Amino acid sequence: MAKLNVNIGALSLKNPVMTASGTFGYGIEFEDFIDLAGLGGIIVKGTTLKPRQGNDYPRMAETASGMLNCVGLQNKGVDYFCEHIYPQIKDIDTNMIVNVSGSSPEDYAECAARIDALDMIPAIELNISCPNVKDGGMAFGVTCAGASSVVKAVRQAYHKTLIVKLSPNVTDIAEIARSVEAEGADSVSLINTLMGMAIDVEKRKKVLSIGTGGLSGPCVKPVALRMVNQVAKAVKIPVVGLGGISTAKDALEFLMAGATAIEIGTANFIDPAVTIKVRDGINEWLDAHGCQDIHEIIGCV
Amino acid sequence: MKKHILDLSVKAVERLSDKHVLLRLTDDKPLPEMLPGQFVEVRVDGSSSTFLRRPISINFVDYSANELWLMVAMVGDGTRKLGDLQPGDTLNCVLPLGNGFTIANSQKPLAKSLLVGGGVGVAPLLYLGEVLQQQGCEVTFLLGGRGAKDLLELSLFNRYGRVCVTTEDGAMGEKGFVTNHSVLAESFDKIFTCGPTPMMKAVARYANEKGIDCEASLENMMACGLGACLCCVEKTTEGNLCVCKDGPVFNIKRLLWQN
Repeated sequence: MAKLNVNIGALSLKNPVMTASGTFGYGIEFEDFIDLAGLGGIIVKGTTLKPRQGNDYPRMAETASGMLNCVGLQNKGVDYFCEHIYPQIKDIDTNMIVNVSGSSPEDYAECAARIDALDMIPAIELNISCPNVKDGGMAFGVTCAGASSVVKAVRQAYHKTLIVKLSPNVTDIAEIARSVEAEGADSVSLINTLMGMAIDVEKRKKVLSIGTGGLSGPCVKPVALRMVNQVAKAVKIPVVGLGGISTAKDALEFLMAGATAIEIGTANFIDPAVTIKVRDGINEWLDAHGCQDIHEIIGCV
Repeated sequence: MKKHILDLSVKAVERLSDKHVLLRLTDDKPLPEMLPGQFVEVRVDGSSSTFLRRPISINFVDYSANELWLMVAMVGDGTRKLGDLQPGDTLNCVLPLGNGFTIANSQKPLAKSLLVGGGVGVAPLLYLGEVLQQQGCEVTFLLGGRGAKDLLELSLFNRYGRVCVTTEDGAMGEKGFVTNHSVLAESFDKIFTCGPTPMMKAVARYANEKGIDCEASLENMMACGLGACLCCVEKTTEGNLCVCKDGPVFNIKRLLWQN
């Protein structure tokens, strides 16, 4: 049994396997399938200051080896989260991390401040990369100035571990990563979904209600891996890698590319127990290759 | 109700029509409890264009034979692959999912209910009919199709209640849509419906006019099946709700179907 624990800033993870926001609910949806305490962390659904109804149906289109979604950050708002959901999840014995989104730097900061007050939430993941909302979301994540403005505002309001989730829909993701690092982010996670489209040829119409959606699943993995490697070389803060991970081998690739931890997203829909299998697979690989500690392979390429 | 991931074994594959198959699945261990109206997310192996699981409603559970029946309409590559399964093959299933129909009420069991289905939407009504009949409810099935070949499992439905049929071409039963059938002149204390949305909306209008309690089982496009991804939402009086977790069965009073 190799040592699997890693650190993201002040946050200590028992293993590098976390779940990606928007694919794992609040964790409790999966407790029949896995021991949630066996994960390194659970990143719960995108939460905003005010409740959001999200976009109209259809919000999803299946693609070869993946899917498009345009859910649009449907959630009941941070107050509902603090009052009704937090009590249900606070005792889950892993890092419960809240993904935070907003439509202005002030919004993000206010939402983050509310979550700062919750003892059992040790970190937030700042979503400056949602491609499915008109107001805010990815608008902030595609320029260095926009990304900096949000991180700067949140950094003043939030005192625990701050992970910033980056958009791949940019020319140079390393440049965005460096600007959020400069504003005090403790870590960056990448990639969020890639903007895409699907068309129903019989109806001669776009499938998704807002026309476009975010692509996820195994089809995005090579793009994600390349970007994780680029960013890991560009910043000193730890990188959390995600994008199409569905096997232990996929996870090992991200770790070798330079990710300190990984998130599993869309694969949870195909196998609700995939996270634990990936964790066990990483451990078996390390044992089989005589590695005592996962750090021996992080960034080894 | 605990959910499971099970590798079920295909015991038999019956062709019900040129577009429908019945998969009879079993397991070494006793199958978990499942309710009428709940569904299964099945993994489709060997189809390069199919990525997500396919939600299939529970057609019947035969606990004595330890069998789960899934009726599959072969509409795309994924469901056609399910139609190619052979006895002895394995099907990976996540089950049971969703809420199911509202039936258990020991204070006030249903006396006379109408179960209205169309196309593959008849599937969950068989298991529902069996459970209602066991509770002492008088069950009437009203099943519609374009033609006689679209009417599936009629002999099985006959076991659990009276079967009324409509076909659009008049080849079997009364000619027209289910909402034209003469049995609707009778009174019922509850209606359950599953099928194409225009049919369910017409049934809901009828139920509203008559003041009859009515539940409809919806079939929106799903990804996770667990209420995690929020892709399959339906607009309701309580905002967007997940068909997979808050449904698939909704009382029509909660749906915004008036328009």
